[in-house]
Amino acid sequence: MSTTTEQITETSKADTEHHHGPAKGMSRWFFTTNHKDIGTMYLWFSLAMFMTGGCMALMVRAELFQPGLQFIEPDFFNQMTTMHGLIMVFGAVMPAFVGLANWMIPMMIGAPDMALPRLNNWSFWILPFAFSIMLMTLFMDGGGPNFGWTFYAPLSTTFAPPSVTYFIFAVHMMGISSIMGAINVIVTILNMRAPGMIMMKLPLFVWTWLITAFLLILVMPILAGLVTMMLMDIHFSTSFFSAAGGGDPVLFQHIFWFFGHPEVYIMILPAFGIVSEIIPTFARKKLFGYSSMVYATSSIAFLSFIVWAHHMFTVGIPLMGELFFMFATMLIAVPTGVKVFNWVATMFRGSMTFETPMLFSIAFVVLFSIGGFSGLMLAIAPADFQYHDTYFVVAHFHYVLVPGSVFSIMAGVYYWLPKWTGNYYDERMGKIHFWLSFVGINITFFPMHFVGLAGMPRRVPDYALQFADFNAISSVGAFLFGFSQLLFIYNVVSCIRKRNQASNRVWEGSHGLEWTLTSPPPYHSFTTPPKVD
Amino acid sequence: MQTEYQHYYVPNQSYFPIVASISLFCLAFGAGSFLTAAEGGGDFGMILLFMGFILLITIIMNWFVTVAAESRAGLYSPQMDKSFRWGMGWFISSEVMFFVAFFGALFYIRIFAVPWLAGEGDKGVSHMLWEGFVNQWPLMTTPDPSLFKGPEKVVDPWHIPLLNTIILISSSLTLTMSHKALKLNNRRATSLWLALTVVLGFTFLYYQVIEYHEAYTELGLTLAAGVYGSTFFILTGFHGLHVTIGTIMLLCILVRILEGEFSATKHFGFEAVAWYWHFVDVVWVGLFIFVYIL
Repeated sequence: MSTTTEQITETSKADTEHHHGPAKGMSRWFFTTNHKDIGTMYLWFSLAMFMTGGCMALMVRAELFQPGLQFIEPDFFNQMTTMHGLIMVFGAVMPAFVGLANWMIPMMIGAPDMALPRLNNWSFWILPFAFSIMLMTLFMDGGGPNFGWTFYAPLSTTFAPPSVTYFIFAVHMMGISSIMGAINVIVTILNMRAPGMIMMKLPLFVWTWLITAFLLILVMPILAGLVTMMLMDIHFSTSFFSAAGGGDPVLFQHIFWFFGHPEVYIMILPAFGIVSEIIPTFARKKLFGYSSMVYATSSIAFLSFIVWAHHMFTVGIPLMGELFFMFATMLIAVPTGVKVFNWVATMFRGSMTFETPMLFSIAFVVLFSIGGFSGLMLAIAPADFQYHDTYFVVAHFHYVLVPGSVFSIMAGVYYWLPKWTGNYYDERMGKIHFWLSFVGINITFFPMHFVGLAGMPRRVPDYALQFADFNAISSVGAFLFGFSQLLFIYNVVSCIRKRNQASNRVWEGSHGLEWTLTSPPPYHSFTTPPKVD
Repeated sequence: MQTEYQHYYVPNQSYFPIVASISLFCLAFGAGSFLTAAEGGGDFGMILLFMGFILLITIIMNWFVTVAAESRAGLYSPQMDKSFRWGMGWFISSEVMFFVAFFGALFYIRIFAVPWLAGEGDKGVSHMLWEGFVNQWPLMTTPDPSLFKGPEKVVDPWHIPLLNTIILISSSLTLTMSHKALKLNNRRATSLWLALTVVLGFTFLYYQVIEYHEAYTELGLTLAAGVYGSTFFILTGFHGLHVTIGTIMLLCILVRILEGEFSATKHFGFEAVAWYWHFVDVVWVGLFIFVYIL
């Protein structure tokens, strides 16, 4: 025992003296404990998954370009919609936010690294393995998951392909990864702040991530419990979701959405944080209503736990339930309105410039609000009986997820890229990427409102003739949006490679600890904590 | 010296995370192959599952040994200690939520699902599916006994479960005594009380096994015995699993105490295990009330 102790003391002494940069070769990535390396890996992984899930979406859109069956079998179509949803939620959006958190939180609060660095690396490395299991299911007998990303029982139990078992274990692994990641974020924020960095001075990105991490800790275990019950129903003859044994398939939906509703806020709260960082920078004004932003985020997080059944209005819940969940859902509009008001008020009479991150952020505010309003329409229980499971719902959640979460991630990447790489990206190319994306997503998702209100059901590979025109338009938009993302990759890669030294502050109006470091920042950011006044 | 900042220890490269991820992959993929393989074809899955398990155990052991060694080497500042405390606290919170999912399922089934199936309330129309089905709990007759045959009898809460309640609550007390003794630097009492806790943990598990055996062989209470069996076994089963893990953790702590580790002032490893054990205890009280008695 004592020899190991001595060895460790010796190596650590040697390392603090000599070990200032990253390790050489591939071992840097496999064995790293550095928050920047891990953040980078999360972001690349997320980009790879974004492109994979995007290809699946394009297959869906290609099939839906015309009525009738063109390219793919209906069962494969179902696998594509399912995998597209699962990959975008768990593989693209969530890891991207964790990547940004890894990069930025320690730099924003003046910490040397994340609080639990080895655990941090474990959280990341679980993901590639979990998603390789998930993607392998596509090549198994009976095909991959085809029951929609919400995997409702009994579609996912009694009538599921055999590969559902692998799907269940992959979800377990993602859960472990998210929980450990969330613990790390909470501990870092609560325990690693530089002296003087009181909670109400935290940058909003840090605040929103703290609240997101609490949501993750509270709901990911629920998801784990849910898939465990599925596993038991499939292989160990229990009857949780089978009415013949006294269970109830609706129970599945309740548990799923008790996880699922906070989950959708997990995918939007960090976006709020990013936008709240960017808008003040380019409006050259302090964020309007900082503390109300914190309270609004907390209220949204709290409300997310008591609105889940608004996803199930048509499944048959008691009238009191319909009413309660309808009004509770509408209540969310209040804190969300506070946030949108504050962003607009921040921009009001600011000396604004419109660099790429700002363009994405303004598009976020406008288009996310559209998604929010369609959400309000869906919250009205009697009206939802008409909208439920139509393309109106698809339009709604894509408006909050694509120009919402995804745009905020892109905004964040453009905003911090010069800090990470030390080089400015090509502003003109950034703007082209923005405009193509902006036009692309609106062409894709806006017509979905119309076909949805006219009654086109989601998750069906074929449709009635009257929906043909709008669907053709949507598909064109989807391909435009999809291929514009190649520009995003080009922009990121050329920013890394082309020397165009960025200043420490990067942006004229930027404020915060991360901008006091050099661009690129040193491998270990704040080994001694800075003083915050 | 007091005002000087002690560097927060950021460990160097470590192979633990990636090997642990590989082991999880083996576990998940192995379990998947084992469960989905046709009759007798699960050998590959079983081997992979077993390998993953061994690998995971090895990594976890190495990881903890390294952390303990780093702590002894004085690399951990008081700030680091706080990180571990927050970390363990939130880990236990996530565990609580894992049980919340199963308790939630139990309550939903008892309050809504079964009464509705029997024709009560807003969704009483579902009664048309199985006419004559009666709302009762424990659910002795399922809606469709040809698919899920209900249990003949259920576990009597006032025999083994009551005994196990007493065992587990006293184990929490003995653990607290051990902790008190450790704080007073009375190492002999510490290890004695701790050993007693471990013995109580094993006794609990022993009775739990007896109870499961009885349930399967004499009471007809199985996983397949309708939703009563499902909720009963998933709640008590996962609790039992946590007691098993907790007991193993207590055993590790006992070994470390006997090797002379932990001081009266610095013993977070001990405290973390104690927190975990109390959490397991609290869950059991919930189980005793809502699964066995009510």
